[in-house]
Amino acid sequence: MGKGAERVLMKGNEALAEAAIQAGCRHFFGYPITPQTELSAYMSRQMPKVGGIYLQAESEIAAINMVLGAASAGLRVMTSSSSPGISLKTEGISYLAGSDLPCLIVDIMRAGPGLGGIQPAQGDYNQVTKAPGHGDFHILVFAPSSVQEMVDLVFLAFDRAEEYRVPAMILGDGLLGQMMEPLVFPERKEEGRKKPWATTGHQNSRPKNIVNSLYLKANLLEEKNRERQQRYEKIIENEQRSEEYLTEDAEIVVVAYGASARIARSAVNSAREKGIKAGLFRPITLWPYPKKALGALGEKVKQFLCVEMSMGQMVDDVKLSTSCKVPVAFFGRCGGIIPTPQEVLAEIEKLAGR
Amino acid sequence: MKSKDCNMIFAGFGGQGILFSGKVMAYAGLIDDKEVSWLPSYGPEMRGGTANCSVCISDEPVGSPLVVAPDVLVVMNKPSYDKFIDSVVPGGKVFVDSSLVELTGEKRKDIEIYELPATKLSNEEHLEGIANMILLGKMADKVGIVPMEAVLKAVEKCVPARKAHLLEHNKRAIELGANYAD
Repeated sequence: MGKGAERVLMKGNEALAEAAIQAGCRHFFGYPITPQTELSAYMSRQMPKVGGIYLQAESEIAAINMVLGAASAGLRVMTSSSSPGISLKTEGISYLAGSDLPCLIVDIMRAGPGLGGIQPAQGDYNQVTKAPGHGDFHILVFAPSSVQEMVDLVFLAFDRAEEYRVPAMILGDGLLGQMMEPLVFPERKEEGRKKPWATTGHQNSRPKNIVNSLYLKANLLEEKNRERQQRYEKIIENEQRSEEYLTEDAEIVVVAYGASARIARSAVNSAREKGIKAGLFRPITLWPYPKKALGALGEKVKQFLCVEMSMGQMVDDVKLSTSCKVPVAFFGRCGGIIPTPQEVLAEIEKLAGR
Repeated sequence: MKSKDCNMIFAGFGGQGILFSGKVMAYAGLIDDKEVSWLPSYGPEMRGGTANCSVCISDEPVGSPLVVAPDVLVVMNKPSYDKFIDSVVPGGKVFVDSSLVELTGEKRKDIEIYELPATKLSNEEHLEGIANMILLGKMADKVGIVPMEAVLKAVEKCVPARKAHLLEHNKRAIELGANYAD
């Protein structure tokens, strides 16, 4: 990160909101829930100042359907929530996907299932990467692990969502949402992409646009799904993102995303100090999963250790990416407990036979 | 404690300015071009009862922002003292508002404990409500991870515009704490 006077200190939740405004988002619909509330609160303060709309809906379901409406009109639109609220939004997310609409959804995860707790967790992994709603569809899922990256990925998520006409999600957790860290906002850039499909009104100057997810003719619906699948193939080909740390000569590689990756990085540093050849692989996109990079790494390391704030939801993706060639161990905490670097180090040492 | 990084916990009752103290320290680190993080407790405790926050100041990117073994502990109530005192690393420094916390029983010998009657001082010096800043001044002076000018500059960043009239009070409180005899 660049050092200098332009660094500011912000909470992750507020940084997400400010980045969205700077990225040209002028429509936010949400319903408050801990631990993402500062995001909504920031939007409620700032949106009126930039001529935007902040609307607290009567429920999460209402909010996501307002997102659908605004997205249909071609607007850069956003909602945010936390785990139980995301479950409520899944119907709307499926409709958005079925209508080929771009939008940004933020999930600041808390512990579950059910109402669970309000402390940080990563238990929504399977939900958001495998089944963010009913039907055959995917959404882009970005997993920042610092406040700076939360900002950077907001811009990218809006851009990619519009490029591929799919909903995008930023998956954070209570730790990232609540913490303050220095950050630098990128050069301001406004919304660029043209949306000829949007229902903006046309005074009979062009054929009418229809935004819809209902197709009662099976052959037509299959055709729609096949076309969408082709876009997913492109996304899988072009949009995988990940970061590697000290992996060049690593024998044991920790795989972790988001807040867990920060903790894992500290543990990897400590392991190196003890002479253990440890490294870190950090997925930045969770869908598409960075299979290419992880698969290549699987050709040269002896052991993976998956570290999560869940009961091991990402383990299967690590195994699949590496065709099960390398053993995958797991360490996780849940319920709102944040693993400590010492705990992760102990697991690395165990695997190293120390 | 490695000289290049410092992990701190600030703890007390909600309303004492615990989160604010931590924020000032994090900003001081930012001004001094360090890597920093600030993480508040946001659990049920913040809805009445104890509040605490973790602050990390380092030359390296901060890993876990949650401090479990602090180099520095700043406490403004007894429950927080009891909760965190055993987690302080050997050689660590603890700063206690002795107007509010009566230390009973045997004290740890492997750490330095500074007892400062911050609340009493704040009342005597017409600095009501900012005992937290007096304690912060003492801590910043004794720990020295960031220069005092950075701490004073950080206060300017953290005091909101609508409370600008309190800026000088805050600075005076920090200096009072820093200069208070051990």
